[in-house]
Amino acid sequence: MNTRSHYDVAIIGAGMSGLAAGIRLAHFGKRVCIFERHNTVGGLNSFYSLGGRKFDVGLHAMTNFVPPGVKGTPLGKLLRQLRISREEFALCEQKQSRIAFGPHGESSLRFTNDFRVLEAEVAREFPAQTDGFRRLTAAVKGYDDVSLDAQPVSARKLVREHITDPLLEHMLFCPVMYYGSASEHDMEFGQFVIMFKALYLEGFARPFEGVRVILRVLLEKYRDAGGERRMKCGVQRIVSHAGRATALVLDTGEEVTADHVISSIGSPETARLLHSASPAPRPATGRLSFVETITILDRQPAALGWGSDTIVFFNDSAKFDYACPDAQVDPRSGVICIPNNFDYGPDLQLAEGIFRCTCLANYERWAHLPEETYRADKQRWYATLQKSAQRFLPPLPAPDALTRATVTTDMFTPRTITKFTGHLGGAIYGAPVKNRQGRTELANLYLCGTDQGFLGIVGAMLSGISMANYHILAKS
Amino acid sequence: MTKDECKQVVLDIIADIAPDEDLSNVKPDVRLRDQLQLDSMDFLDIVMELRKRHGIEVPEADYLQLASLDSCANYLTPKFNALSAKS
Repeated sequence: MNTRSHYDVAIIGAGMSGLAAGIRLAHFGKRVCIFERHNTVGGLNSFYSLGGRKFDVGLHAMTNFVPPGVKGTPLGKLLRQLRISREEFALCEQKQSRIAFGPHGESSLRFTNDFRVLEAEVAREFPAQTDGFRRLTAAVKGYDDVSLDAQPVSARKLVREHITDPLLEHMLFCPVMYYGSASEHDMEFGQFVIMFKALYLEGFARPFEGVRVILRVLLEKYRDAGGERRMKCGVQRIVSHAGRATALVLDTGEEVTADHVISSIGSPETARLLHSASPAPRPATGRLSFVETITILDRQPAALGWGSDTIVFFNDSAKFDYACPDAQVDPRSGVICIPNNFDYGPDLQLAEGIFRCTCLANYERWAHLPEETYRADKQRWYATLQKSAQRFLPPLPAPDALTRATVTTDMFTPRTITKFTGHLGGAIYGAPVKNRQGRTELANLYLCGTDQGFLGIVGAMLSGISMANYHILAKS
Repeated sequence: MTKDECKQVVLDIIADIAPDEDLSNVKPDVRLRDQLQLDSMDFLDIVMELRKRHGIEVPEADYLQLASLDSCANYLTPKFNALSAKS
């Protein structure tokens, strides 16, 4: 007797891209089920509770912010496609961000959600590069970054045609790479364009309550459209026959079938579900992973003199090295995020101060440590990161001011990422080679999410939307 | 269904998929793309909402028929009427 359940579409993973694909498909009448191994949604952009506090993971800021009325950008497309109104996300804009290079951030470029600020900063700090920066901006604006069949080109090579000062080149690449590059040292120009627009031409914003607002809206839309989801129920194996996915074997041992399968879990991770029995070659796993420290303060960061910067991208020399470090962590560069410094309006502020610091890390050097060493190493690197980051922020009122204001701390490592998201190698931005069309070796199995190659959380959602449209909705 | 009613059906769909567009002055004889910011994703949505809400099928070869409100009405009104005659 056949007791399997059958769906029009099965989606693996309830992150931003899987949820977005699910909303589209359910809205247009498909029977959809999302299978998620974890007990919460969000994947790489989620949240957790610890000691009665909610912590965001992943999301520092939602990129791609544009004010109401600006059309034709990723944020607008996303809202339209998912039938979400701007008010539902209730995005609050950043105050200002900075790129700070040199031992104490002596070379600095401020930027806000008004691109003219960055243009003026480039003109001030690099007067000889003003025209080149203008040409680079024009090249970025003219590039079709959502094309599904663009040929890969080196971003470094194209940027150098316009920017001849290596310091400015490294400074511009730093935020762009930190917020989305899955490849070391260089990236594909299309990916650079997506991030340049998302960060510099558009900008940063955040809902007052953080990532959970976005997830709540996505879940509501999905449920209202009739989508199903099964939590704590991962997919163990994809069964195939004659070039098609014929069934999914769940962690429970149960089998479900579907006409189409969309996998949001990554390209090597998906390949692993296909070949779990044989050691077939798999797509390369990404090498870029991160550690992040989170420090909760008993006062607003402004009380420590840290009231103006929303995000600071730092590097303590003139050359920025975006690569997997040999050591556990590379504290020379990183990203500081102070979520209190979004403009929540005159009457609203986060209840506690939050200070986050992210640095590049080596997965292998964290993955196999005995528990005791792991904890000790975390503690040691926590202190190192705090010290490193402080070099790029205004001096504290007293040397121990940060320690005295600290209520509690937490830290995630590459190992944490793999444990909770299933991404191999703790690779937040996935595999270095992207698969724009989302095709796999099976005719009815498609990829969406970070390995399809639209970056950032808006990119993740657009990836789910595009793949659902392209492979399923436009064809039925 | 009259052609004017048909135009209203299309406008209602556009209002839902692109609530940030001002639809008060849409000229029926001008291409929608030239007066509203609608991209190919939005046009796909118009086609799919027609199917979902009204059971109207628009094959890909006929997408050009949806260029303006007038051409929408010319193309879709007979389809709506054929459908209601059947039921």
